[in-house]
Amino acid sequence: MHPIAIEFQRVWKKYRKGATHDSLRDLLPDLARRIVRLRGNGDVALQEKEFWAVQDVSFEMKRGESIGIIGPNGSGKSTMLKLLSRILTPTRGNIVVRGRISALIEVGAGFHGDLTGRENIYLNGAILGMKKREIDLRLDEIIAFSEVESFIDTPVKRYSSGMYARLGFSVAAHMDPEILLIDEVLSVGDAGFRAKCLTKLQETLQGGATIIFVSHNVREVSRLCERVMVLVDGQVTHFGDAVHAMKVYHDATVGRSARKTHSRFSSPCTITVRSVDTDGQETPSTSFGDPIRLRVKCHLPEEMKAAHLAILVGNYTDQDYIALSSERAGITLSPGSADFSCHLEHCRLLPGRYRVRAALLDPLTQRPLEVFPYQPDLLIDVPTSALVYRLPPSENAVIDIPYAWQVNGASA
Amino acid sequence: MGRLRELIQYQELLFILTWKEIRVRYKQSVMGFLWAILMPLLIVGSGIIIKKVFSTVSGVPTTLADIASVSVKAVPWAFFMSAIRFATQSLVFNSNLVQKIYFPREILPLSAVLTSLFDFLIAIIGLTVVLVVSQVGISIHLLWLPLLIGLLILLTFAVGMLLSCANLFFRDVKYLVEVSLTFGIFFVPVFYDVSRLGKWSTLMLLNPVATILESINRVVVLHQPPDGWWIGYVICCSAVALIASWKIFNWTQPAFAETV
Repeated sequence: MHPIAIEFQRVWKKYRKGATHDSLRDLLPDLARRIVRLRGNGDVALQEKEFWAVQDVSFEMKRGESIGIIGPNGSGKSTMLKLLSRILTPTRGNIVVRGRISALIEVGAGFHGDLTGRENIYLNGAILGMKKREIDLRLDEIIAFSEVESFIDTPVKRYSSGMYARLGFSVAAHMDPEILLIDEVLSVGDAGFRAKCLTKLQETLQGGATIIFVSHNVREVSRLCERVMVLVDGQVTHFGDAVHAMKVYHDATVGRSARKTHSRFSSPCTITVRSVDTDGQETPSTSFGDPIRLRVKCHLPEEMKAAHLAILVGNYTDQDYIALSSERAGITLSPGSADFSCHLEHCRLLPGRYRVRAALLDPLTQRPLEVFPYQPDLLIDVPTSALVYRLPPSENAVIDIPYAWQVNGASA
Repeated sequence: MGRLRELIQYQELLFILTWKEIRVRYKQSVMGFLWAILMPLLIVGSGIIIKKVFSTVSGVPTTLADIASVSVKAVPWAFFMSAIRFATQSLVFNSNLVQKIYFPREILPLSAVLTSLFDFLIAIIGLTVVLVVSQVGISIHLLWLPLLIGLLILLTFAVGMLLSCANLFFRDVKYLVEVSLTFGIFFVPVFYDVSRLGKWSTLMLLNPVATILESINRVVVLHQPPDGWWIGYVICCSAVALIASWKIFNWTQPAFAETV
């Protein structure tokens, strides 16, 4: 068997915006041209109203490998999967797929509301490329996994959306493909079922399958995938290490939403948080174990009578590790500009890159008045003065707290 | 050839989609399988009225054989109508599948034709009862029937496949199809025999569906063999239509998912 399961060779895909034609006379030749272009390779020039959904993407995947694709909305993730599963044809470039491919682009695609759960398992299974015999063998397993046993002979139009999604995923998860493409399907179902799905996918992966996983949920992607691709506007901006991918993805999404303005105030409402050294100079990073000083400059508009400041330090998947509140020090912000700093004498965050956010809270309700997610990262380095002791080996641990060991006697 | 092999690989999907259509159609419906014979029944009903009018004008009374003759042609025509109607809409109705899942798209119009074929088979059972009651009798020429019905199915599939992809690109097609099917019955010899048209009969027989209906009437009711030349003509028509329609379908297929 060939060791490479998937090859993308300089793949481009063009889409059209809007599609109205004034007359049949324009439409017919245009349609013919489009089809001719879809069938052949070449013609990279963009016509009017066209744009690239995927631009010059090349990569290879080994058999048994799993990669994740993340990226902001409309960055071309689903288009990639549709190209892979042959639903779409590339405008230019080549795609080689070696193996039986199963694409899960929508949970329960082809489900019919009037059919019962059991009937839909057969229907959906066949649509996904399973033989009736294979479904017969796995029927009980599929039903058990979906946790809808008691409703399995009820038409699916009576299902809740969670049940519907669970049944859809169960069918797909039991198809035993060589190559599995999954698009955003885990975003449905409750946390328990999602965890179960992930475990099932990991089993599939251990069984030797090749998986491409598209998601917005960076944490799920990093749990399942060795390599992560970040797509922005149809281009690959990063392909490789999952942790760095999160940073790239974060920057890309931030860049998009940062244009948001706070026009509901008469004067701008701003906060900047910088990490500074003892002299008050801005510093890009601090060493592990050193105290951290955060300098905050803010401006509150007249409309905001009073506010408490909160600074949150966390990772790129919206997990906060430390919350610092100005209320603790009895500081309440009032309209106008202010400049103050916060000292973290014993910050025991392990070396790494942390995301800093700031928020203004209503002093009475404690609800956020404004959130400022776009602060520079807090970088904590491994001190160059050599490691006095080894840091904890877990990749996921973030905080080092003081602790003591005691030997109570030798065991036999 | 590769495409044909793939189609065979996906035959289970074809059958399960057809099974789904049939099941969905008869679920939550009171009349159930009676629906399958409703359309032929209506056609036969209108045929009897027209025959009655003719017989009043000409003075020749309407016989049971006349009714048998209309029924024998009404049932395949009803199949053709419903199959074309469903096939035309098949890609658009299943746009969700076309956009989300890969499978040979021919399966959709094909399954629409098969679904109508199921109704056709039920109607044939009803038709047999009518034929027995009207004492039409049997003859060796009935052996032509499988070939004639087979040709009708091939032709229906060819036309349906072409219309399904035409309708995907131009939604006007379904209205055109509706109108054509409504008035189509006057362009095929269901209510009368082709011979009544005199020298115009050749023109009508150029429509292969008309030839098939006429031949079915000949072998079942009149106990005569069909005209060999015309059968040859229909075979050629069906083959050319099938190949041409499949070629066009495949040629436009890459644009389906992003156009539908």
